Amino acid sequence: MIPATHYLILSAVLFSIGILGVLIRRNILLILLSIELMLNAANLNLIAGSAMHGRLDGQLSAFFVMVVAAAEVTIGLAIAVLLFRQKNSVDTHEIKELKG
Amino acid sequence: MSQAFLFYFFAAVAVLSALGVVFHPRPARALLCLVVTMFALAVHFTLLGAYFVAMAHLIVYAGAVLVLFLFVIMLQGAGAREIALHQRFNIIYLFPAGLVSLLLAGGLIALIRGGAFRALQIVEGTAENIGTLLFNQYLLPFEWTSLLILLGVFAAIALAKKDAA
Repeated sequence: MIPATHYLILSAVLFSIGILGVLIRRNILLILLSIELMLNAANLNLIAGSAMHGRLDGQLSAFFVMVVAAAEVTIGLAIAVLLFRQKNSVDTHEIKELKG
Repeated sequence: MSQAFLFYFFAAVAVLSALGVVFHPRPARALLCLVVTMFALAVHFTLLGAYFVAMAHLIVYAGAVLVLFLFVIMLQGAGAREIALHQRFNIIYLFPAGLVSLLLAGGLIALIRGGAFRALQIVEGTAENIGTLLFNQYLLPFEWTSLLILLGVFAAIALAKKDAA
């Protein structure tokens, strides 16, 4: 039997790789991909927690996270397409209008 | 024994392909690395007894979300390329990286030291079990998610319309 801690460690490692992606990538689509990676690391944590407590609630939470992630991807990709249409680039350094 | 092998093998696959997502210079290949990560994670979900979630995960992520990403990345073609990391490396980047690594190391040490060594009691998350719980205890959140998806569709249409103000 694999100890529960190993699942938590794997999930932490995947989550921090996701943070690293958000920090070092400059393409807005790849930043969104890294966010997906982080969401899935959190999902693994929820499901491992579900198995640690012998209940199904964690698995349902993972299910809801998946639904929210799908909605987030829809809107994120629509914004990315719009940005690309306006600026012909998806580089975060090209998006400066929000600077005060 | 074979379960332990599956766990460690697919943990390595997941971590390596996640590194590919973060470091591969070509966006389309980084995305295909994420597909590999998703499959490895589905194996982990299955090992943990979350059969329904694993299948939904494969269908929603590998089947829909990542294909959508692939379309958008391919539509952008060369515009999606980014400057390689080693060409724009700055010493300042080391500070957030160090902070994240410190937090992670601290968290992992606390996790290993402080117990949480609970034996896994795997509950089988079959479609039947999940459905029973979803449509009894979690009926209201489930209905709210349908509203969320509907709002997402409206927002995507409003954003992607050609003559959006």
